[in-house]
Amino acid sequence: MSRRIVLAHGGGGRLTRELVRELFLPPLANPQLLELADAAVLPWPGGQLAFTTDAFVVDPPVFPGGDLGYLAVCGTVNDLAMVGARPLALSWALILEEGLEEELLATLVAGAQRACQESGVPIVAGDTKVVPRGKGDRCFVTTAGVGVVEGEELSDRRIRSGDAVLVSGPVGEHGATVLAARHGLAGDLRSDVAPLWPQVARLLASGVALRALHDPTRGGVATVCYEVAERTGLRVELWEEAIPVRPAVRAVMEVLGLDPLYVACEGRFLAFVAEEDAGRALAVLQALPGGSEAKRIGMVQERKEGQAPLVLRTTFGTLRPLDLLSGAELPRIC
Amino acid sequence: MKLVAKEELRGLVELSGVKREVSLMLLPEAEVGEYVLVHAGYAIARVDQEEAEETLRLLRDVLAAEEA
Amino acid sequence: MNTFQDPELVKGLARRIARQAEKLSRRVTFMEVCGTHTNAIAAAGLRRLLPPQVRLISGPGCPVCVTPVAYVDRAVALARQPGTILATFGDLLRVPASVSSLEQARAEGCRVQVVYSPHDAVELAAVHPEARVVFAGVGFETTVPTVAAALLEAEKRGLANFFVLSGHKVMPPALEALLADPTLALDGLILPGHVSVIIGARAYRPLLARHPIPAVISGFTPVDVLRTVAELVQQVVEGRAELVNLYGRVVREEGNVTAWSLVERVFVPTDARWRGLGDIPGSGLGLAPAFAARDAAQFPVTLPPPKEPPGCRCGDVLRGLIDPPDCPLFATACTPDTAVGACMVSAEGACAAWYRHERMAGVA
Repeated sequence: MSRRIVLAHGGGGRLTRELVRELFLPPLANPQLLELADAAVLPWPGGQLAFTTDAFVVDPPVFPGGDLGYLAVCGTVNDLAMVGARPLALSWALILEEGLEEELLATLVAGAQRACQESGVPIVAGDTKVVPRGKGDRCFVTTAGVGVVEGEELSDRRIRSGDAVLVSGPVGEHGATVLAARHGLAGDLRSDVAPLWPQVARLLASGVALRALHDPTRGGVATVCYEVAERTGLRVELWEEAIPVRPAVRAVMEVLGLDPLYVACEGRFLAFVAEEDAGRALAVLQALPGGSEAKRIGMVQERKEGQAPLVLRTTFGTLRPLDLLSGAELPRIC
Repeated sequence: MKLVAKEELRGLVELSGVKREVSLMLLPEAEVGEYVLVHAGYAIARVDQEEAEETLRLLRDVLAAEEA
Repeated sequence: MNTFQDPELVKGLARRIARQAEKLSRRVTFMEVCGTHTNAIAAAGLRRLLPPQVRLISGPGCPVCVTPVAYVDRAVALARQPGTILATFGDLLRVPASVSSLEQARAEGCRVQVVYSPHDAVELAAVHPEARVVFAGVGFETTVPTVAAALLEAEKRGLANFFVLSGHKVMPPALEALLADPTLALDGLILPGHVSVIIGARAYRPLLARHPIPAVISGFTPVDVLRTVAELVQQVVEGRAELVNLYGRVVREEGNVTAWSLVERVFVPTDARWRGLGDIPGSGLGLAPAFAARDAAQFPVTLPPPKEPPGCRCGDVLRGLIDPPDCPLFATACTPDTAVGACMVSAEGACAAWYRHERMAGVA
């Protein structure tokens, strides 16, 4: 019997990874793709280009703090920012379902325009298709983005044992907001969705010894750190007490039985920095707009044979291994 | 979660600013202002806040005494 | 701050347990029988705060895990019937049935809807009068009253298209079976906090009178669990066997009488099969004759021959005979994404909890 795609394949956890590694990578393999970085860095006369693509299917399409259009632009800009690239331009393609209200579409376009303005990045190309009613779900957006790596390329290859892990603000807000909206939970919730360029530009300009950046989108902080640990062969230890989570987000997580460490942010980033620069890097992050709650949340260590790639030091001082998400029902967060 | 509103057998509970609707069919005597335990969309018990605080207070004292 | 998570209290309790455990002449084993406890203990890493003489094991506390494969087969078969919406808690979705699963059925186009409350399933019936909404009722005494309430609501609203497929079970007969099992050497029971909210401390007295053993009704926070373990160790040291309620802030002696009266209106005791424990008389709940019209078991379906996965040792895990890593399939063929057995699929399953939080903990 033929296997089918299930919702969990889109969850950002193990099944997503397996799909990519087993179905996509082998036939499409090339050096940049195999890096599985947020954006591909390509050699280019006079420097390096960054190139990325994304798809957005968030449900509901309008949520407190943002909308599908705003999210689509921010998400793509942010992928470029994460490899240290100055975003140059985006393209987007819309797949619209027959029957979509024009007013909703106008809202999404206005959202995209707002994100373009805030990040200073234009949408320079686009395409639109319409599918019959029932064959889509209002609007799906795919994007591509190109940028220029002007300084050093940021990459996990640069991460060393002893490096500090910093987060730019409280976690889980986007996912919590979208899930709350979907489950009819009212509350003091707002998606954190925001463009991370020009914030990253300021961080790069500060001269802090930055190794790598990652935005914890689908799968959350834990998934990003697990993947970094795996790619580098090192271990990441997170400190439970240090991780900033807003009370309303915690409450939603409790009600829905979820862990904020696995829930998407769309306007935060993790910075892996040299230990000796951790204090200065934190000061730079805290000075950024909206950055007052930036915290140091962990460290990178050597990993011995058989040790878990990612561990959490609990508030009681015990170490708890954190695994990848598996088959969790968290569809259409971004 | 705190019961902040009630209309017949439906209630509104709140935790850290997050509100949700629950059924009071299993706890019709719950009063606004009380804390309740919620399961699968139904309030199933009142939480005795005083007992909770007393338990913690006693525990702290006893542990301190044991280790003195 | 949520003081039932206070690290100082947690560490103080851990030290108390260590002091008490020095008086133990042998290793003791305490069993919890509640999926929420399984997770709470694993997620907080509490085992690592306990001295080596104190061992915590999981019993049949995960309702999805103890549901026999034949039930899931029937749910899948119902989901496949045109015009049916199968409403279920998320947990049941990925449990492997003999041939398929509800998740696979959904991927094939069947209408399988995950709900967070049985009330949502009633709403589905209201919104889709043309469909037959079948709610897959799996769960112990915490959940059963919510299903009873939902069914009564459907009655009141005249929603004839709402049905329940009951796989519900009750704990006391299963506890008694465990205590009567000579192959299990338990020294104490951690009793389920929220089941106890409904049935009350009094529900355990008869079976504990027949099988005296230290037993503590426990909450789920780290402070609650460690208080419970401390009490159990103390009882063993002092040679006592008493029922103690350490979750008094929500558990009363008589439980939630309103809730249980609804259960007694809607359900009747039946015999039930438990994965791992076999058939236990009076341990299940079926719809009462007055509500036979709402029993989804009435619909004829073709069922595949029930097939348990070869090599799966869920049954032994559920009985507390082995820990998850002792199953040869654990973390090799059986992982949360390639789950062979229910104990790995369910968020409340011992194998899933172990895989996520305890595996590699020794070398964490």
